[in-house]
Amino acid sequence: MEALLARNVTKRYTNHIALNDVSVTIPQKTIYGLLGPNGAGKTTLIRIINQIINADAGEITIFGEPLSQKHIGTIGYLPEERGLYKKLKVGEQLTYFAELKGLDRKTALEKSKSWIRKFDLADWWNKKVEDLSKGMAQKVQFISTVMHEPKLIILDEPFSGFDPVNAQMITREILELKEKGSTIIFSTHRMETVEDLCDHIALINKSTKILEGSKKQVKDQFRSNTYIVEHRGVFNVRDDRFEITERKTLDENFYRSILKTNGDANPNQLIRDLTDVTEVHTFIEKLPTMNEIFIQLVKGETHE
Amino acid sequence: MNKTWLIFKREFLNRVQKKSFLIATILIPLIFPAILAVMVWVFMKQEEGAKAAVIEVYDESGKIDLEDDERYKFVKVSGDFEQVKKAFNETDHYGILRIPDIDLFNPEGIRIYTKENPSIRKMEEITGIVERRISDLKLLQSNIDRELLNSLKTNISISNVNVDESGTETESNTGILYILGFVLGMFIYMFVLIYGMQIMLGVIDEKTSKVVEVIISSVRPFQLMLGKILGIAAVGLTQFAIWIILISVLSSATLGVLGVSMPQQQAMEQVTKMQDPESQEEIKKQNNKVIEAIASFNKLPLFKIAFNFLFYFLGGYLLYGALFAAVGSAVDNQQEAQQFTFPIMLPFLISYFGLFVFILTDPHSTASFWFSIIPFTSPIAMVGRLGFDPPTWQLILSQVLLVAGFFFTTWIASRIYRIGILMHGSKVNYKVLAKWFMMKV
Repeated sequence: MEALLARNVTKRYTNHIALNDVSVTIPQKTIYGLLGPNGAGKTTLIRIINQIINADAGEITIFGEPLSQKHIGTIGYLPEERGLYKKLKVGEQLTYFAELKGLDRKTALEKSKSWIRKFDLADWWNKKVEDLSKGMAQKVQFISTVMHEPKLIILDEPFSGFDPVNAQMITREILELKEKGSTIIFSTHRMETVEDLCDHIALINKSTKILEGSKKQVKDQFRSNTYIVEHRGVFNVRDDRFEITERKTLDENFYRSILKTNGDANPNQLIRDLTDVTEVHTFIEKLPTMNEIFIQLVKGETHE
Repeated sequence: MNKTWLIFKREFLNRVQKKSFLIATILIPLIFPAILAVMVWVFMKQEEGAKAAVIEVYDESGKIDLEDDERYKFVKVSGDFEQVKKAFNETDHYGILRIPDIDLFNPEGIRIYTKENPSIRKMEEITGIVERRISDLKLLQSNIDRELLNSLKTNISISNVNVDESGTETESNTGILYILGFVLGMFIYMFVLIYGMQIMLGVIDEKTSKVVEVIISSVRPFQLMLGKILGIAAVGLTQFAIWIILISVLSSATLGVLGVSMPQQQAMEQVTKMQDPESQEEIKKQNNKVIEAIASFNKLPLFKIAFNFLFYFLGGYLLYGALFAAVGSAVDNQQEAQQFTFPIMLPFLISYFGLFVFILTDPHSTASFWFSIIPFTSPIAMVGRLGFDPPTWQLILSQVLLVAGFFFTTWIASRIYRIGILMHGSKVNYKVLAKWFMMKV
């Protein structure tokens, strides 16, 4: 059973289509990256999942059930446009948010207290949010998203505005939540975090989903038969099975070359060929980065 | 419903726990009487210390003899008028009254020359003095002597008795009803304005602090809006209740100290001042008037008035409150809000002015009827009429329409609100609002 299943979701506004027949499959206990350039429709999809807006067509099931109001407590949502009540005290704020998610007052209070201790904010319980530093306020915001232990956590650009120390802490927290069994949807256009964290991705561009799969599947799909070789001594191409696209001198008589095969050759064959002509120190397949895939796809679409 | 309650509770507690709420709640009942007292005191001082204004009388007719009183001293002048004017400019006299050679039965062309624009009060008083003098002269010319004249002057007050179908008579005091209508109408006006603004600012705050998207992923926008409107209403009612308690405690305490002793003291002074039986009669009459007024106030259907007042108080607030919430959701800051708040408040303002112009002066006129029926104006207009005992069918019709109006504005407001709170930085005009209203979510 999938954590979330969206089938043929469409959302139209007066002048444009925000989502055009988008389907996604989000497996349980994964970190699922929802990628796409600004204005692609990510936030629209997320708002539909959060029932802030309704889809015009299509259906969504969450843990096997059709999405409805009772799932509000199942989801934890950190929107990109986020904020807290500035005049409200940290403790009251957290308890209030938890109550709105459906916890009773007593549980809400207990949960707030334990989370605030975990994030070293216990001394700030009775302080107003406006007295907090930006980093601390972000921690409070994060706590408010996950404290009711949602099975599905949706984070829209979670690291925007976080300093590196807090970003690292949040990353650790996200991984821990995944370990505990939560499914995390991660919307971003920062490819380095996708590379580090996501197990699955979907790419949305111009209101349409153009790519979906596990990170490995996607990368396999975009293998370009390119290899990085570090070697001692120059060699030259003998045959048409591969070509050298780039060569860089690293040290005296020590080079890094990038080779591209014509697709038939397997890596073992290539290594055999290379050892005949040079002293091989390093041999790795150059896999495309998510960034490259992203740019290639989005640009390709744009140039159509 | 449960979540609306949570929001209601939070809005209420947040505001009630603020220091500013505590200060306003305690200070305003103290400040208002204090301001009033200071104003009365200043006025009295001014009256006491005021010297009689000197008025030069340039009487070309030679007929008009004006008597000095507490406020005016009349000095006869004659000669060349240009010279008189010149001389006048060097004195601190108030003005020159130029009376041409007039025919008593057609007194035209009387002018007053002053250094500054005279106040309405002074003009009226001087006109009155001259008028009385001329009419005395006319009577004398007709051979009616002064004594007869005085005995002809009559002083009566008509008291109003309402008769209903069953023939029951209720005595009422129009003056008291006027004041009652005025005070209640003003309360509603202030309440809606102050707390409506609170709703709007609250919504703008949620929007600019961007907390709103977090909230509406947990509750429906309508619940958020309703919780806020009701929560702030509860704050207002609480404040109002505290004020009423404070004011009644304070005023009864003040009456205990001053109210009881003052009339007696005054009476004593007046008695010693003029010891003729006629003026004692006058005092008796005056005291009777006060007693009558209090009695007629007590005779009013106070419970009914209080209930209906509360109804319009809440109804008016809810009707306008929803619209204020919609405005708050549509804009990004308070400045932008102004273009929308004015048209919303316009019918309310009109009914507030209508209260003075025709509702209180003629509570049963056609205009008063329509104003007290239409939901946008009825909260003030009908409350102004409450003391004048409007027909029951009008009350019911007006209240039904007010409830319907509240549902109507809430429906419109919620449709704008659900879109507006998620829109940032868009230039909003009425066309955009209409688009949001039509949009499906």
